[in-house]
This record gives sequence, structure tokens and C-alpha cells, in this order.
Amino acid sequence: MSHYLYLALLVACLLGTAPLEIWLRTGVYRRWRRLLVAVLPVALIFGAWDGYAVLRGAWSYNTRYLLGLTVPGGLPLEECLFFLVIPVCSILTLEAVRRRRPQWIIGDEVTTSTSTSTSTSTSTAGLGFEAAG
Amino acid sequence: MTYSVLVFIGLAGALALDLGVFQTRLVGRRAFWVAYAIMLFFQLVMNGILTGLPVVTYRREEIFGLRIVYAPIEDLGFGFAVILTTLTLWVRAGQRSRLRTNGAAVARIATPREQAPERRGEADGAS
Repeated sequence: MSHYLYLALLVACLLGTAPLEIWLRTGVYRRWRRLLVAVLPVALIFGAWDGYAVLRGAWSYNTRYLLGLTVPGGLPLEECLFFLVIPVCSILTLEAVRRRRPQWIIGDEVTTSTSTSTSTSTSTAGLGFEAAG
Repeated sequence: MTYSVLVFIGLAGALALDLGVFQTRLVGRRAFWVAYAIMLFFQLVMNGILTGLPVVTYRREEIFGLRIVYAPIEDLGFGFAVILTTLTLWVRAGQRSRLRTNGAAVARIATPREQAPERRGEADGAS
């Protein structure tokens, strides 16, 4: 059973953050194309970075807690999944913060776009006043 | 390059992406730091398990030597670099999709606003 430990930790990360998508409606998995655009480069770059560190022997894995599967490059499968799971969890967390505190600017709001910024910000401000009033 | 140096490069790269290349400036935003604080807590838990059992063992010459919950201090920098890079790309991707669908976004916002006076009117009539 111990061979599943690292994998189980990763599954726990996904299960632990899933309620954010369901109950806070973060819409992260729903926007799967945007999710892939953000996560895949991170997985590739940091995966390679990690592979380099392992190659030079910066750290080693205890095979007792691993499935024993490796990907080309020599990284354990779990370590590769780590670089997919953790980015997804971080995006879910940021979007959850946004759902709870919509007034905190993140930088991708409609008002930040340049081409129609004037009209957009006017209508957003209008909405805000009506919602407040 | 030791793990310490690799982490330093990762941090510099992540900050360069956020502040320079994409100018998302997440490190200047409260939402980012609150999200990071939440993730930091869970990172310490997961990292503690991974390095405490240990699933991962670091070579002594590779790290600075300072440890927090069993894990070398470098892991915090590494985690920060991964999180900042991910969120920078996520926000950047969101900005781009907003620009593409800006017309639709404006229309969605404009619709409830146009309907609002009617709703207000009804409310006034009822009171």
C-alpha cells in the first residue's frame, strides 16, 4: 500500500480543492483551454528544471513510496503529476479568493482590457452602483 | 548548479515573467498574497510529509541547510516560483481571452444595466 503514498497525496490535493469548483463555482475546470495554456508550460519548464536537479543528484526518491513508473527523462511518474496537480490547485485557490473577495483586483477583469476600456468601465461602474443601491 | 542556485534562478524567472514580460504584477496584488498564504499552509503540510517520511531525501551539499517542517528552506522558494509562474500565465491567458471576446463581454454587462431601470420602476411602484 505504501507504494501509493505519493500518488495518494496528489489525489488528496485534487479532492481537497474540488469543492472550490463545485461550491464556490470557480469555473477553473470549466475553462479547460485557459487552464491548459497556464498549466502545460509550467509542467514542461519546471519538470525539466526538476529533472536536471534529480540528474545531478540534488535529491533522491524513496522507492518504497512510489509506484515505480518513470517517464522519459528519469522522473518518477508522481513527480510529473505533481507539476500538473499543484498548478491546478493554485489556480483554484486564486479563483476561490476572487469569488469570496470580488473587489480585489487580479488583473484580468473586464475593466483592464484596453480597446473598449472606457465603455466597459462605465457599464461596470453602473452595475456596481445599482447593486449597491 | 546546486538546488539553492536552481531555486534562485526559478524565483528570478518567475518575477521577471510577472513584472517584466507579461506585466501582470501579481506580486503587487492582495488577492495573490492571500491565495499564496493559503497554499503555503498546505505546502508545509504536504512538504512535511514528503520530506519527513521521507519520500524525498536531499543531498546535504545541495542545500543551504535551513529547514522548515523537515523541508529545506529552498522548497519554499521553489513553491513560490511554481505558483507565481502558474498564476501569471493564468491571468495572462484571461486577459487575452477578454480581448478576443470583448464585444461579447460588453454586451453581457450592458444587458442587465439596460433592464435595471425597469426593475427599479417596479420596485418604486410597489412601495
